[in-house]
Amino acid sequence: MKRTPWLLIIGLTLMWLLLTGSASPGQLLLGVAVSTLMTLGFRAVRPLHPHLRRPLSALRLFFRVAVDILKSNVAVARIVLGLTGKREVHSGFVDIPLELRDPHALATLATIVTSTPGTVWADLSSDDHVLTLHVLDLRDPQVTRDIIKHRYEHLLREIFE
Amino acid sequence: MTDTVLPAWALLPASLLLILGGICTLLGSVGLLRMKRFYDRMHPPSMGNTLGAGCVLIASMLISSALAHRPVIHELLITVFIVTTSPITAMLVMRAALHRQIARRDPPGKTDSG
Repeated sequence: MKRTPWLLIIGLTLMWLLLTGSASPGQLLLGVAVSTLMTLGFRAVRPLHPHLRRPLSALRLFFRVAVDILKSNVAVARIVLGLTGKREVHSGFVDIPLELRDPHALATLATIVTSTPGTVWADLSSDDHVLTLHVLDLRDPQVTRDIIKHRYEHLLREIFE
Repeated sequence: MTDTVLPAWALLPASLLLILGGICTLLGSVGLLRMKRFYDRMHPPSMGNTLGAGCVLIASMLISSALAHRPVIHELLITVFIVTTSPITAMLVMRAALHRQIARRDPPGKTDSG
């Protein structure tokens, strides 16, 4: 059974109002009409539908990611300026086995790790879901693995699966 | 327009944010120059994409709101578009590099895949 994606319609309508810069009844009506038509149209051609389960977890994830992006900005800035003390910085690839399967959740995770300075999504094997990540400051692969699994994967599974 | 005096509550934080954002973006670019290996060079420019762009956009919101005497927040949309599009480019470049290395039978230096 297909559920009506209310969140998407509301989100797109808000976007429309922000773009037009007015909240007049005419624009509101037009915005609702365009978002509803677009959403229903894309649903018809797209076989996969995301199920957002816990909006509160999504909010928690948002703030967690914001804090992490701030922290890693500082960390990468220190590496660029050479302010790492005597420690040499080694970069490298880490393999992380994922339990996450939902494509929308995986796309969100890819966006998060790539947006964060210091980590870039490199590969996801299609058979056993092993994520390969390139990390700029690779100290302990197990630490990176734990961060991805506990800070992000857990919450993403709560939200999407 | 040029005679408009902006209130201090907008000017001070906006100036600070612009300087901070500029420094972030500059450091990202310096990092791009300083790093030796391709994969390392992927990382610093995303500073400009995240904190750099974020600071400039918040500054823009403050100044626009002060000028228009009402909250102007459509910069949030720019944030949404940057967040949804820039990682795609980064991943594309990354995967292209990996693909070329594989094509040359030169495995990417997996320092620790344990």
